Amino acid sequence: MTKTHVTTTINGEVIEFLCEPSDTLLAVLRNELQLTGTKEGCGSGDCGSCSVTIDGRLVCSCLVLGVEAEGVEIGTVEGVADKDKLHVIQEKFLEHAALQCGICTPGLIVSAKALLDENPEPTEEEARYYLAGNLCRCTGYDKIIRAVMDSAEVMRGDAQS
Amino acid sequence: MVSVVYEAPGSVADAVTLLVNSDITASVLAGGTDLLIQMQSMVNETRLVVDLKKIPEMMNAILDDEGLQLGPCMSCAEFTSREDIKLVYPGLVESAYLIGSTQIQGRASIGGNLCNSSPAADTVPALIANNARCVIVGPSGERSLTVEEFTTGVGENCLAKGELVSLIKVPRPAANTSDAYLRFIPRSEMDIAVAGAGVSITLDEDGICTAARVSIGAVAPIVLVVPEAADALLGTKVDTTALQAVADAASAASTPITDRRGTHEYRRHVVGVLAKRAAAIAAERVRGVQS
Ligand code: FES
Ligand code: FES
Repeated sequence: MTKTHVTTTINGEVIEFLCEPSDTLLAVLRNELQLTGTKEGCGSGDCGSCSVTIDGRLVCSCLVLGVEAEGVEIGTVEGVADKDKLHVIQEKFLEHAALQCGICTPGLIVSAKALLDENPEPTEEEARYYLAGNLCRCTGYDKIIRAVMDSAEVMRGDAQS
Repeated sequence: MVSVVYEAPGSVADAVTLLVNSDITASVLAGGTDLLIQMQSMVNETRLVVDLKKIPEMMNAILDDEGLQLGPCMSCAEFTSREDIKLVYPGLVESAYLIGSTQIQGRASIGGNLCNSSPAADTVPALIANNARCVIVGPSGERSLTVEEFTTGVGENCLAKGELVSLIKVPRPAANTSDAYLRFIPRSEMDIAVAGAGVSITLDEDGICTAARVSIGAVAPIVLVVPEAADALLGTKVDTTALQAVADAASAASTPITDRRGTHEYRRHVVGVLAKRAAAIAAERVRGVQS
């Protein structure tokens, strides 16, 4: 089978890669591009650990083909921090101890950022519904929700100042 | 996994040509949230995958005096964010909002939901309640079907080789009309319907129901239209007696199976409850606008 050449943008950078047309975007990110922050939990769209954005929309990268990345803009967890400076959401996850094993964390950070980009002032209920596609077997979710709600407040403050 | 030959044509005509001329099994790719999972369980198969998302009109939604012209591949996330559409078809937008998680809605589309032809497809009862039609394009031209005619069995529909759904048309509802969709799942988010019901209701100035459509999902091999439930509403003020008759008619029309999500007795009961509650919500929405 001949590999397909794909040109895409990942975290603002133009990237080219070769992949089998049956490879998922998740496989391409992890295996071809060494962007291993994006995790595989289920491979079937149920757990959210593979969450990335495509043209600003939150999606499961395990349910996208690598070839579908042609010409779109992808955002992964590697693009959330500003070089060495963590994003507020990442700092708040640490501060609130919103992770234990950490396998769900990159997906949750990407999803939480997508939530707050869309809706800077979510209610707790809205945040819980938005993040319902991100499963975590460790934390019991409360600490995650506290970290997200706290991030939202800080980000609103930063936006005003 | 399969080996895939991937094509992303720029026009519906090119997509049809690719599908017709393929000598291997061809699949149309919309959001991929069902197709990619189906492909994972295939072995030793080569498949042509025709991605329709690079065709601009497949991704658009136009709302005008005639109604809604929906590009079948528009993501549910984009669809549910359209406030103009929500104002006219609140129930249809609700049904799209109930599909999977935020991530799934980022890809999944209403056309994909229709063509996957699951009896539990959430948007289908809401489309049927709104008298939606689908335009099918293929090698011999164009034809149009009502949504209830489209699905013929579990996972089966009217599409012949080379055909695809190019447009979903939802007529503009008459004045004083609204809709609602409800479904029941065992948890609060992210599951497949145990039962679902879509209802559209028109009231006159005195609050009397002059037209209604009731459609139920996940309780038969295909999504059903229940004319008896709609008739039970006509000429009434959508009061308790009428609503109970809607519930009874919906339950009576259902022929559900038993599976791990629920027994057939349970589904039969719940679908009646959902139909009457959806009818009450739709009527309340009309009254809200009238008053
Ligand atoms: S790995 Fe994609 S949703 Fe679980
Ligand atoms: S921290 Fe372990 S799954 Fe979430």
